[in-house]
Amino acid sequence: MALIVNGIEAPPPADPRVSLLDFLREHLHLTGTKVGCNQGACGACTVIVDGRRVLSCLTLAVQADGASVTTIEGLGTPTALHPLQAAFVEHDGLQCGYCTPGQICSAVAMVEELRRGVPSNVTADVAAQAIAATREELRERMSGNLCRCGAHNGIIAAIEDAFGLETAA
Amino acid sequence: MTPFTYARADAPDAAVRLGEGGARFLGGGTNLIDLMRERVEAPGALVDVSGLSQAIEETAEGSLLIGAGVRNTALAEHGLVRTRYPLVTRAIVAGASAQIRNMATVGGNLMQRTRCTYFYDVEGSRCNKRSPGEGCDARGGFNRIHAILGASEACVATHPSDLCVALAALDAVVHVEGAGGARTIPFGNFHLLPGETPDRETALEPGELIKAVELPPLPIAAHSRYRKVRDRASYAFALISVAAALRVEGGKVAEVRLALGGVAHRPWRAHAAEAALVGAPASEASFLAAADAELVGAVPLRDNAFKIELARRTIAAVLSDLSEAGA
Repeated sequence: MALIVNGIEAPPPADPRVSLLDFLREHLHLTGTKVGCNQGACGACTVIVDGRRVLSCLTLAVQADGASVTTIEGLGTPTALHPLQAAFVEHDGLQCGYCTPGQICSAVAMVEELRRGVPSNVTADVAAQAIAATREELRERMSGNLCRCGAHNGIIAAIEDAFGLETAA
Repeated sequence: MTPFTYARADAPDAAVRLGEGGARFLGGGTNLIDLMRERVEAPGALVDVSGLSQAIEETAEGSLLIGAGVRNTALAEHGLVRTRYPLVTRAIVAGASAQIRNMATVGGNLMQRTRCTYFYDVEGSRCNKRSPGEGCDARGGFNRIHAILGASEACVATHPSDLCVALAALDAVVHVEGAGGARTIPFGNFHLLPGETPDRETALEPGELIKAVELPPLPIAAHSRYRKVRDRASYAFALISVAAALRVEGGKVAEVRLALGGVAHRPWRAHAAEAALVGAPASEASFLAAADAELVGAVPLRDNAFKIELARRTIAAVLSDLSEAGA
């Protein structure tokens, strides 16, 4: 078995204590994924596993054995930015940038959840099949990614722009 | 973390076999991995059961049988859950963050441990739940988030789950399997009050594994709510939460389900309030009186007396909402 990280196979670590976060950073040297709180409270370590956004700090690397992992390095490169990375630059979706890889991985998977009709805590009718991409919905759905610089307005604007979401204010 | 062995099991019997000898079952890991990193827990072996059944099936009797491996997000977005048991969807989406809901399993949700800060503070605090007999530093400490109902001298911790509050209101049934075979546990008997043994949190025997949670058919659940009051609008544990379903006939309460979160060592089914409500006029006065009937035994600690009034008002507000929305 192996993890598939950004399309490349990587054998799992021998020590099951290694988190997916440390595996990505220290074993594969993919340092785009950031260590924030390391206890599931900040979202800085968000990566996409089999299409779902998850916290790599609370995932053991061995749990992701056989799964497909996408990190920020798998979304875009300095010469070929993901459209959301370009939109973050355009809309000042960051100041220090530390939470940004987690914000972008989270938002890419969040938009899929929204399109699939997954309800959120601010969805008025949870039985409704289609959910409008209001700004309130985007804020609630991104609440698992903290930004201590307070760049949230730019982050939401970048998400709206990159994914062509028409939101009411 | 201290060293441990890791094995995967995708079927309950294999998991039970692998778990013999004191292994801990690992679901999404959102609580257990954190507890291991904080050294609150130090199991020598993990059996990863996140690959257990991820099916949500309707039974011939009209129940919904939810596999223990179902992720919180998958349960919240399931069509039958959204229409028949909207309080379940509401409770889930009120909890944690989307990332954590994508990881967390239904079985693991029932096994969550308290977020009492003294329980987590291994080096600095005494905790009877973590080290039986040691004492409780929460009782005389900062206890704003702690219990007002059902606490003991030994422990004033609260149960952290949102989903479990909804499951308590619905009389869910927990399907478990152990070395001695399979059995079912009514949800109301699953989580324990602390008493003298706060380290014992559930009715599971050592080595027993949750394999499914069953939601019985309950027509009034289609008209239900979950409201959570917390310190910030998202991504925070409940100070108080209320799960409720209501049916009104001719201006009187015909049927009601009510459960509270954030108040006790287990999800708190409000039987006294329910008894006070049935047959009473569907009015705010009745709702407040029912809340008082439930909270008459509430005992505040130094910092959490506000929870009693908050619970009272939240119960009345949720029942009023349901009543006005055409129960």
